[in-house]
Parts: sequence; structure tokens; C-alpha cells
Amino acid sequence: MQTLRRTPLFEQHVALGARLVPFAGWEMPVQYEGVIPEHKAVRTDAGVFDVSHMGEIEVEGPTARDLLQSALSNDVDRLEPGQAQYTLVTNETGGILDDVIVYRLDEHRYLVVANASNKDTVYGWLKERELRGSDVRDVSDDYALLAVQGPHALAKLGLEPATAFTWSMGEIDGVEVMINRTGYTGEEGVELACMSEDATRLWEAVLARDITPCGLGARDTLRLEVCFPLHGNDIGPQWDAISSGLGWACALATEFTGVERLREIKAAGPEQKLVPFVMTEKAIPRQGMAIEGGGEVTSGTMSPMLEVGIGMAYVPAAAATAGTEIVIDVRGKSRRGVVKKKPLYKKEHS
Amino acid sequence: MAASESYPDDLLYHPEHDWARIDGDEAVLGVTWYAQDALGELVHYEPPSVGASVSKDNSYGEVESVKAVSDLISPLSGEVLEVNEKVVDAPETVNEDPYGDGWLIRIRMTNPNERERLLSIGEYRKLLDEG
Repeated sequence: MQTLRRTPLFEQHVALGARLVPFAGWEMPVQYEGVIPEHKAVRTDAGVFDVSHMGEIEVEGPTARDLLQSALSNDVDRLEPGQAQYTLVTNETGGILDDVIVYRLDEHRYLVVANASNKDTVYGWLKERELRGSDVRDVSDDYALLAVQGPHALAKLGLEPATAFTWSMGEIDGVEVMINRTGYTGEEGVELACMSEDATRLWEAVLARDITPCGLGARDTLRLEVCFPLHGNDIGPQWDAISSGLGWACALATEFTGVERLREIKAAGPEQKLVPFVMTEKAIPRQGMAIEGGGEVTSGTMSPMLEVGIGMAYVPAAAATAGTEIVIDVRGKSRRGVVKKKPLYKKEHS
Repeated sequence: MAASESYPDDLLYHPEHDWARIDGDEAVLGVTWYAQDALGELVHYEPPSVGASVSKDNSYGEVESVKAVSDLISPLSGEVLEVNEKVVDAPETVNEDPYGDGWLIRIRMTNPNERERLLSIGEYRKLLDEG
């Protein structure tokens, strides 16, 4: 049996009474006080997540751009130093091996942040495509990553708003951090990267600013309310990026693995589509549940904000229009839902 | 507000963390503090129909938290007389008061001798301690 890895903040999680669970080979906090209060803290105030389990891979050198342009789906040439980009690692069939964010650190240096469960895949993918004049290094152990999210996150951290998908260097209470304007909750906020040895200081500084510690449970319900796909649930090697609704992250005019197939699917139209839905009957959809007439649920939960069952599912393209009724097999019982537009949860503007 | 840990001594317990409160030939069933704590805040209760049969050691319904689904295991066999509609409407009632307002069903026992195979408070606590 493989031993679970721990982030530099493991002791802090234990001290806070977190419930720890195995996740992608890591022992991670799923909740502290509870999924619902943590979820609501992020929607109404500010919460902090330890996401140090995520992988960081640095790609450096004069040919780093060439390597990334051929290895990833999006157009890396649209990325200036100081900017970040959502992009995919795709296989020959256009299926998704991982979804990652690439940060351009400077002219010839990039940081790829990958899902914990796919870090080795992404590292291997980039390493075997190394060119003369590019160096690929797994620097995951060097960094800790904290996501601070919520309408009061920036004010509580003393940060000014900035354009989404940009980054800058800064300091939080004496800790040097890379401040990334990215997130996975649909709220304003940042993802802070610091050196692993500074993780405890940064964590304590964030908590001292009255920001609620939140576990992976709330991270999952938050992202699902705003329909951000989760690799391993909603996207994966078995579904092509067009069917998964991520064609916008595929620059089909560039060359990368699977691009020919994706061009074909784009031209013909996908046979199935990933759609968000809400239940119209009392029931909670769960991953793997079948949909009458074809399709399956890939993520599901009870929405803490909407207080109804919500989820995402692959359905035949003809049934993918918002307003279409779907019937889900909830452990032997047929329960109705309706296809919606993204996002399922939208903040009411005052 | 979640209840604090307790196990009333007037109940009989099932190792799957369910309890029974017997009164004559009827019994009220629910889940223990341990069960609701392990699940977290409940957000859905899928009850049986009134009039349905339930049998000892088998599932009679489900409760769900945000993250998980759990079968409700009946400690006794019988016929469902009443479902706690308050828990259908507000499943978190189970977290707040697992032995009071958070009861789940009331049954008429069809095999009252089954009670002898349930755990006393002492036996159930021992099972929890052995974890």
C-alpha cells in the first residue's frame, strides 16, 4: 500500500480538527467545520484552501515556447509575461489527459500547474517532448499553494483587484508570494504560491486576517455550482475536448496532439455534450448515474446556495439545449431534472 | 447547530449505527450521533412509504450529505406506520437532534423477539471504542 503524501500544512490541518481523507495520493482536509458553512463562507466572505497537492512544472529555455505550443492545446503565443492561460493536454483522440494553467514567468520561462492526480502524466508528457534549448523540471515539492477566494478575499489580504488570469509578485505579512488571479470557485480571489518552507507562515497570516479555512469538499461544491469541470469526473481521456465544452481552450489553428480529430469533431458537431443541470424533483445526482435515453452524470451534489440537487452530465447533443428535461436513474428511482446554461449559480448583483 | 455526542441509555442499538426506541409493539427508528457525525450535515432523506415492510438488517431508506449517500439499516422488522416528514423537509434535523426530532420512521414490529439481538448502550459504546 502506498503511503499518502502530506502538504507542508498537514499539522495545521490536524490542529484545526480537519477531517482528512485520501485524495489523489495525498492526505487532504475534506472539511474543517463542515462543507456547507465553508461553502457559504466563500460565497459571502472569504475562505482559504490548501491546494499544495497540485503539481508545478517549470519549463525554461529559448525553445520553451515551441515545446509548450506543440504539447498543449491553447495558443501559448497569446501569453505575455505576467499572464496565465487555461489549456489542455490532449491525447490522439482529442481526449483530455489533464487541464492545466500555464503562467508565463518571463520571456523564456513558464510554470505549468497540473492536477495532483495527473502531475506525473503531465511532467512525463512535457519531459519527453523536451527540445534542445528547453528544460522541464518538476518543482512541485518547492512550492505550497493556497487559494484565497470570496467577495472579501482581496480586501482581507490587502490586495487591489486585477485582471483575471494575470499574476504578479508580492508580499503578504512578510512572506514573498506569487499572486495569481485565478481560482476554482467562481468568486473573486487569488491563488498564492510561496516556497514550501514559508507555507506555515503564509497560512497563519491568512487565517489571522479572518479568512475561513475550507476543505476540498467545499472546493468541489463551489466549482460545481459555477460549472468548472473536474478532471477525473467531468473531463478525461475518454471524452474529447469539444464534447466537454472546452473547445475554447483549443487553438485549432495550432498543431498539437489530437488536433486533427478535434477539427473533425468541431466540423461535424459533437455527438454528445457536457451540460449542467438542476433537479426538478427531490434527489441528489451522483457521478456515474445513468440518464434515460443515453448519457451519464459526471458530477453531482446538493447545491448549498440553490438548495437543490445539481450536476453535470454528458447527454446526446440533441438533448443538450437548456430547458430540455432529463430523467436520471437515482439508485433505481427515476428522478427528473432540467438542462441549464452555465453557470448554475450566479451572484445577484445589487 | 450540530448536537454534542450522546447515546441515550433507554435505546437499543444496531451495529450499523441505528437506534430503536420500543414502546409496546411499536418502535421508533433513527441513526446515532456517530452516524450523523460521520456523514456530516444531511441534505436529503429518502424515506420508505407508509405501509411498506422493513426487515431487520436491511435498508429501508437513504440519507445523504453533500458528499455521501448512506443506507438506513433497520434494526427491527415491521411495517412502516409513519415517516418523519420534518426530516424530509429539513434533513439537518437529524444532525441537530438525532434521538428526538430527528427520528426517521415509526414501525409496528412483526417480530418483537428481534429486540434481543440488538445492542444495549454498553455494548454499542464498546463497539464504538473498538472503532
